[in-house]
Amino acid sequence: MFERQLKSAGVHLLLIAYSCLAVGPILLVVMNSFKKRAAIFGSPLSFPDFTTFSLIGYNKVFSASHVVLYFWNSLVVTLVSMSLVLLLGAMAAWALTEYRFRWTTALSLYLAIGIMVPIRLGSVAILTMMRKAGLNDTLTALILVYVAQGLPMSIFILSEFVQQIPRDLRDAARCDGVPETRIFFEVIAPLLRPAIATVAVFTIVPIWNDLWFPLILTSSDSTHTITLGVQQFLGQYITDWNSVLAALSMAILPIVAIYIVFSRQLIAGLTAGAVK
Amino acid sequence: MAEPVSQLVASMPRARMLALMTLFLGPAVAIYTLFSIYPLIATMTLSTYTSDPSGVFTFVGLANFVTLLGDAVWSRPFWNAAYNNLIFFCVHMLVQNPIGIALAGLLSLPGLKLKGFYRTVIFLPTMLSVVIVGFSWNLILSPLWGVAEGALKSVGLGAWFAPWMGLPHTALLTLALISVWQFVGIPMMLIYAALLNIPDELTDAARVDGLGQLRIFFHIKLPLVLPTIGMVSILTFVGNFNAFDLIYSVKGALAGPNFASDILGTFFYRTFFGFQLQVGNPTMGAAVATVMFLIILVGVCLYLFVVQRRLRRYSF
Repeated sequence: MFERQLKSAGVHLLLIAYSCLAVGPILLVVMNSFKKRAAIFGSPLSFPDFTTFSLIGYNKVFSASHVVLYFWNSLVVTLVSMSLVLLLGAMAAWALTEYRFRWTTALSLYLAIGIMVPIRLGSVAILTMMRKAGLNDTLTALILVYVAQGLPMSIFILSEFVQQIPRDLRDAARCDGVPETRIFFEVIAPLLRPAIATVAVFTIVPIWNDLWFPLILTSSDSTHTITLGVQQFLGQYITDWNSVLAALSMAILPIVAIYIVFSRQLIAGLTAGAVK
Repeated sequence: MAEPVSQLVASMPRARMLALMTLFLGPAVAIYTLFSIYPLIATMTLSTYTSDPSGVFTFVGLANFVTLLGDAVWSRPFWNAAYNNLIFFCVHMLVQNPIGIALAGLLSLPGLKLKGFYRTVIFLPTMLSVVIVGFSWNLILSPLWGVAEGALKSVGLGAWFAPWMGLPHTALLTLALISVWQFVGIPMMLIYAALLNIPDELTDAARVDGLGQLRIFFHIKLPLVLPTIGMVSILTFVGNFNAFDLIYSVKGALAGPNFASDILGTFFYRTFFGFQLQVGNPTMGAAVATVMFLIILVGVCLYLFVVQRRLRRYSF
């Protein structure tokens, strides 16, 4: 009995140690962003208190860059892309599992290429195309690329979910003469709601965090996303530690807040997608 | 797998079925083809052309590839980047995946408390942007701030400290380990999910025979999750040979010091967009992208046709 307790304590010790390694650096940055410059260097490991607390870094970030605009851009790009990925992905997944055709398998394989091959390698042609279409330096360009990037994985995941819907449910509606489009939008789509979390993990996070496409497709300040905006800000204010720490924290905190609220669903979604 | 198509659907007229397929699949296939598959093909086509300053493109066959692999001005940085990329990948395979497997093994121990808490905390860095993670570590390891040095001193290892990020022989390893720190959550989660899927009956017999958890893990559970480990490996491979964000945000397009941390992603960016003295070259950039595509393709094919076929899948 004693031996078992000892082992269990050992396991917890290992996991606590690794957890500290995982959050420590993040906590360190966030903590120091609320301090005066002297305290950042004097006592980096202590929490801010009455004497060391300061928001000077945040003030500078707000006055020197368009953080709010960057946030808004990221929000628009991520949400529009995700909605399209979900809608178009669910429609395609439905058609691929429900209406079988001679080339259904070939089509599924064609769509699967995008899961393995990164769309980034086509950047040279994407940039040329966007310039010709007059779409470079717009959020639309980013959205189109992200939808193309997110679709293969979402179709793959959603197909698994569509297959689990009992066939009788679809056929019952058909016997009543309900048109196919209404079967999809009114019967099937609501049943796919649990899949949203899974698809969201695979689409929202990579889009929100992406640096590559904003870097090559957007050039003016008004179309920067938060990841690119923070990256450029950090490059310019590299020696101003207050501002740098504040900018980093501003990029970290919203994600951490959302993550903590949704972590149960996110992790359930991630593991569900993996098991399949 | 998929259940057979419903009788009602099978009896639909062909034209109607075709119309439905177009309606439901059309938009997805169109966007995917236009913005994913077409650019890939167009990039590969462009790699067989060259352009002069006036913007006229002429077909040159495989000349760009001959230049890239044969002309020392191009081949030296290319092989340097490819070699560094291989090291970057090996560090992930040797550090990230074993740690991920170990953490998953610990988390899946029967009766462990606070499981959800550990899982959430350890996965947290994976959610953050690579830019933020890279920059945060850059500050932490900076000799100016001295946090890392102070931490090492407090455990009596102060002499070990060096500005790792700035030294040519440690920069790449440091960056690779930062990337490992961030992404260890992915192998952990995928393998954890696979471990949970193993039915208890399979381990019960061993437990009754008095086998310890460590031996149960190595002799029963680990062999059963090998297919997942294979999948994690190929995901790591594709991710690593396509990496860019971390090195670019910490080291810039020049991937310093003296190209010590240059990988294919940053080399591609410099070739395509240019930097400081070098003018961007879209056709050579396309050639680099094509080579990266081929590397990834070889890796994926090796996985699909060699690794995956040898791993036995068990369905429970």
